Amino acid sequence: MSTTGYIVLSWVATFAIGGGYALSIVLRGRKLSRAVPPERRRWM
Amino acid sequence: MIRDAALVAAKDLRLELRARVGMGQVLPFAVLVLLLFAFALDPDRGVLERATPGLFWVGVLFSSVLVLQRSFGVEAEDGILDALRLSGMAPAAIFLGKVAALVVQLAVLEVVLGVGVVVFYDAQPAHAPLLLSVAATATLSIAAAGSVYGALSARLRSRDTLLPMLLLPLLAPVLISATRGFEVGLEGHAGGGWSWVALLGVFATLYLALGAFLFRPLLEDA
Amino acid sequence: MSTPPNRSGHAPPVASGPESTSSTGTRVLGAAALVGLALSVVYGLFVSPPDAQLGETIRMIYTHVPTVSVAYVAFVVTAVSSAMYLWKRTEFWDLLGASSAEIGVVFFVLTILNGALWGKTTWGVFWRWEPRLTTSAVLLLMYIGYLAVRAVPADTRVRATRCAIVGLVAVVNIPIVHKAVDWWRGLHQGRTVLGTIDPEMGGNQLVAMYLSLATGLVVFVWMLLHRFRVAYLVERAADAGLEEALAERRAERGTPSVEVAP
Repeated sequence: MSTTGYIVLSWVATFAIGGGYALSIVLRGRKLSRAVPPERRRWM
Repeated sequence: MIRDAALVAAKDLRLELRARVGMGQVLPFAVLVLLLFAFALDPDRGVLERATPGLFWVGVLFSSVLVLQRSFGVEAEDGILDALRLSGMAPAAIFLGKVAALVVQLAVLEVVLGVGVVVFYDAQPAHAPLLLSVAATATLSIAAAGSVYGALSARLRSRDTLLPMLLLPLLAPVLISATRGFEVGLEGHAGGGWSWVALLGVFATLYLALGAFLFRPLLEDA
Repeated sequence: MSTPPNRSGHAPPVASGPESTSSTGTRVLGAAALVGLALSVVYGLFVSPPDAQLGETIRMIYTHVPTVSVAYVAFVVTAVSSAMYLWKRTEFWDLLGASSAEIGVVFFVLTILNGALWGKTTWGVFWRWEPRLTTSAVLLLMYIGYLAVRAVPADTRVRATRCAIVGLVAVVNIPIVHKAVDWWRGLHQGRTVLGTIDPEMGGNQLVAMYLSLATGLVVFVWMLLHRFRVAYLVERAADAGLEEALAERRAERGTPSVEVAP
């Protein structure tokens, strides 16, 4: 793979893994919010 | 407090002497590791001699994990940790006592392994004071850090897999430093062997202090 | 003053809580992050010129430095939270420390990944035992240990104490690992170019670098807020589960039981 290929791969992988992780947090947050009574959902 | 620590250390060593797990199992294991390295690395290729410092300390590390699991495993099973906690002894004293007992056991281990590498790998100690200083500081480091994680994992059923997973990355700088120090001391490599002793000393000091400080929450909650 | 009756005659709705872990704060941060990410791509991949020494591969530094910086910040947050937990014993510090540790591990994985890809282009191999990468590997393993301890089922306080101890023990080791690895690998190689903000960088290169770095930090805070709230919800869900079980028990006890306590 050329240098450009690795550069692109580096950025794509970073965004994909970081973004995937971010998405998983948000989705998990939504699912859990439904399982918990409304008044207890937030720390503050 | 020193007296309490000595009491704890004496108790640990007495237990160990009576059980003879150390002598019966861990020491043969250590020698076995040396043999396994020889099988894997082929004595004829000169790799063993060059790798001796590293192989020695890897052998020490693996065997130390066994010693620690033994040392803290017995505690948990017999409720000794609870008894110590309730005894009113300062947690720091208990910690130092355990460290002292471990240092003794590890020292025996290292002597045996040392004889092993002299015999099997034809090691020739060049600078004894350096070797001893490296060994002393490294042993203290392993004992201090090992006691913290040993106590932490004592009550876990997954202790056997968790303890090495926690301890070995932590001890990576100890392995690096001790090996480099031994390279200078065994083979007379150029380079400051004493800087490595200094770094090991820092590690040992930090973890002795940290362990003493953390042993109260460890005993109470972990 | 009494509340006027609802026009339709129904009772006023029950106060409802948030449906997700988002808030005004996270939306602002999220928007800022997205803008920053877009700008970083533009500057990092296009506007900034290739480096005199590194050539095009400097563009990989623009991802590498932010990920490693965020990872270190995350572990410092975990360390501080660990110390605070052992002092104050409140759930807040435990959840903050654990959330930050998880994010730190993710970013360290990214760091090593980017480092390996950079290595492949520059050295031709995915791995070299150079100081930066070697240290990262050790630190990653230490903090995976933190997550492993976290995953062991235990009483809340016991688990929190264990994790706090690992957090503190691990952070103290960071400078020592650095020193040991630098001395060791520094013997064999010159100063590593990987991952430093080289003062010789000029103009748009610096812009790209600082832009990516700032964006990374914003992303970190955004993730931390969300992850903390998720951790909080996990605890509350566990509480709810426990309460249900207790309620069932009490209901069972209401019916006459055959056994009589002595």
